[in-house]
Amino acid sequence: MTEEKAITEAAGRGTRSIPPIRLTDAEAGAAEFAGSGSRTYNYFEPKGRRATKYEDVTVDVQPDPDKYLTQGWILGWPNGDLGYDASWTSIKSSNWHEFRDPNEEWEKTYYVNNSNSVRQITQSIENAKSENVFQYWNKSWLPMLAKHVSAWSHVDHGLGMYVFMPAQRAAMSNMLNNAIAVNCMHKLRTAQDIMLYNLEISEIFSEDEFDPTIHQEVWMNDPSWQGVRENVERIINAKDWAETTFAANIILEPLVGELFRSQFAMRFAPLHGDSLTGSVIGVSEREFNERDLRYTKEMFRVFGEDEVHGEENRQLMQEWLARWTPYSVAAAKGLAPIWSEPEVKPVSFDDSYEGVKSRFQGVLDDLQLQLPKEVTL
Amino acid sequence: MARRSVTKAHKKIQELSWDPTFVEKDPKYKTDYVLTKGSQKDPMKQVMQSYFTMQEEKDHRVYGAVDGAVRGNMWRQVQPRWMEWQKLFLSIIPFPEISAARAMPLLTEAVPNTEIHNGLALQMIDEVRHSTIQMNLKREYMKNYIDPAGFDITEKAFSNNYAGTIGRQFGEGFITGDAITACNIYLQVVAETAFTNTLFVAMPSEAAANGDYLLPTVFLSVQSDESRHMNNGYGTLLMALANDENKDLLERDLIYSLWNQHAVVDAAIGVFIEYGTKDRRKDRESYAEMWRRWYYDDYYRSYLVPLEKYGLKVPHEVVEEGWNRIWNKGYVHKVAQFFATGWPVNYWRIDPMTEEDFEWFEHKYPGWYDEYGKWWEHYSSLSEPNGHKPIAFEDTGYVYPHRCWSCMVPCLIREDTVFDFVDGQWRTYCHEYCHWTDTVAFRDTYKGRPTPAMGKMTGKREWETLYHGWDLADIQRDLGYVRDDGKTLVPQPHVLFDEKKMWTTDNTKGIEFQSPNILLNQMSDEEREKHMAEYKAGFTINTSY
Repeated sequence: MTEEKAITEAAGRGTRSIPPIRLTDAEAGAAEFAGSGSRTYNYFEPKGRRATKYEDVTVDVQPDPDKYLTQGWILGWPNGDLGYDASWTSIKSSNWHEFRDPNEEWEKTYYVNNSNSVRQITQSIENAKSENVFQYWNKSWLPMLAKHVSAWSHVDHGLGMYVFMPAQRAAMSNMLNNAIAVNCMHKLRTAQDIMLYNLEISEIFSEDEFDPTIHQEVWMNDPSWQGVRENVERIINAKDWAETTFAANIILEPLVGELFRSQFAMRFAPLHGDSLTGSVIGVSEREFNERDLRYTKEMFRVFGEDEVHGEENRQLMQEWLARWTPYSVAAAKGLAPIWSEPEVKPVSFDDSYEGVKSRFQGVLDDLQLQLPKEVTL
Repeated sequence: MARRSVTKAHKKIQELSWDPTFVEKDPKYKTDYVLTKGSQKDPMKQVMQSYFTMQEEKDHRVYGAVDGAVRGNMWRQVQPRWMEWQKLFLSIIPFPEISAARAMPLLTEAVPNTEIHNGLALQMIDEVRHSTIQMNLKREYMKNYIDPAGFDITEKAFSNNYAGTIGRQFGEGFITGDAITACNIYLQVVAETAFTNTLFVAMPSEAAANGDYLLPTVFLSVQSDESRHMNNGYGTLLMALANDENKDLLERDLIYSLWNQHAVVDAAIGVFIEYGTKDRRKDRESYAEMWRRWYYDDYYRSYLVPLEKYGLKVPHEVVEEGWNRIWNKGYVHKVAQFFATGWPVNYWRIDPMTEEDFEWFEHKYPGWYDEYGKWWEHYSSLSEPNGHKPIAFEDTGYVYPHRCWSCMVPCLIREDTVFDFVDGQWRTYCHEYCHWTDTVAFRDTYKGRPTPAMGKMTGKREWETLYHGWDLADIQRDLGYVRDDGKTLVPQPHVLFDEKKMWTTDNTKGIEFQSPNILLNQMSDEEREKHMAEYKAGFTINTSY
């Protein structure tokens, strides 16, 4: 029997050296002294009675010269802009730190949520494959998937990669930027969800039945899609992070995104025997409605109700509505011809568009905004 | 998702990109580099569908370990000496992490390669993960470690502290100025490929030796994401190397990045590992030995030098001078001595060194005792409040240092100090390379070519300037480094948890604080020359004070 070594001595086998374990009694409550009970982050005001974990891991990680950053930003831009500069948006705020993401997203939640979305789509496709439901699909529907449903992936990719990714660099607090970053993740993932769905279908049907790359040609040249592409490209090229978030989530998504996803893809597919596409597209529709639109409305509610700049901000949002709504209206109306393409037509474009118009009006009402007189939906 | 299908999926998602035609692309972020569309690939071949589920599983393991640490009372065995330095480290590191997320669009705007953009998108998501998972780790420390003071004010303290500012440049350097300088060379090629080895591999090993297995759990999980980021950086670097016009800028940016991060990261991590540990086994690696292995051999010799065959001009002399400072000039020891001198304006405690520590230092760094031993003995005897002042204000012979205008670590290797009249004021620099960084690299031209995208140094770069002429107790109150009884200080020059041995503002009032830079600028030319000559000659620690 080997002799037991005291736990406080390092002991290895042979020449191995291992660090000693020393019992230090350094756990909470082992001694009482000034500050020994101070066990919450105390440098910010939580929104509720107690700080949430989301607030604890997010608030003030991006510092602010108007708060505690006494030496200021120490590296800046060649034109004199600061590391984070309020001039990067026309929105003004008396407190950039007021906004809290109603979805309370931080790393643990976004991995769980996105993984659940991935699993939902993967399992739907696996179930469909195991039952070979594709044999019941109306073949005339396949070009709709190849051309139009797949073309929507470019919208999500463009918004994710070139609108929300730059926007999450630029906002004036960590809470704003993190919420936008999670939006960016959703869009990048849903773009790939659609592309990989395209890949799955291409492995089931022949290329004559389903052209897996025609979506690129449609996106670039099909007249029905050029309004959508123009709208996306113009948002990509705009520089004001709040304006691009507004143009994408308050205008483009309700008027065009929901029109295409809810009114076209999810309504037309089942009547062609396709019970799968709705499951795939429905995930991104839910993420937009339940998460991305939710944080965006809260963000612009806070800006619009700012005690000093609220009036001015609402006026600015009115100007943005006047600038961007015509592009989204043109994009939506440009899609009208695709409503005529499927063999079975459960709804007319006009009825579909009526639905999203009232939905869009509801979003504006929530933000106490009015459709500008010069804009016709 | 099987690996083969991931490869197919990765190929498929390349169909998502397109060249806009309705607008002429006007990049939000600019570069002075010339990049042409390249064929560089993303070797990691991740798609979101494989990525999110993989990361979710990694998270499950991390949070399982967190639960285990809480249930198993890990804090009964953690070393307070180690945990106290985490108040500094974990206040700093979430900002560079989130800055790395914010930096990604600089590259998506500047790099004409959409396959690399996909890799950058994954990196953005990783970096948000790293920032918030580290904030959560710190939250666990605050809730479970014997002394939460300092953790409870963490992001405020990071924002208003001199050491926080030093660390902050590590993040601000990722997100400002020339897109390639900031995000590719400074972040991906140097910070992530070189210094994450010491940050996220060497640090966890030392944490575990001090009874803390949560930091290894979190940081090794973080490090497992870094290989993706290194690959992103490598692809973009090859694109830059493909054009001869970029050679000078690459040389500039490598000198700046390698030097600045040596100055900043080695200062911090070197001190945490050498002075924050209780593990004094003679055969455990010193920071100098770790540096040699992780940085010199694994990064410099294995990654950087082979790039010379592609035309990269590697600034060997910068790497060698970093080693010279660590091995021959006692850089890490001098930084530790400075941190401990400045304890009254810290937000963490610093444990005195003991005979056992002295023996280890002498074994690892022969000659250590002669240079630093006596001062640490003074620190120890001045650690409990017994009617004397904090060590910085007692006459030990130590001269409070000037601060480097570039890296903002003080000019601790006195003989290397440079002073110069720049942009209308006298500035001090810790080394000729830091002088070069301010006066040559961060300027509108480089070697005769315009560099309109290069960033600018801004802000109040000498922290002491903010409090010149203030009473020390007022500074501590202004910073918020006073505990909830209104007088006991957050920082203490010991890890004793007996209230009777803790310093309060009563012990620090009546002591005037001064800014060396303001004083330097007030001197006549003759006084300044004399002062700097004396400063560069160094000091001798008194045998008694």
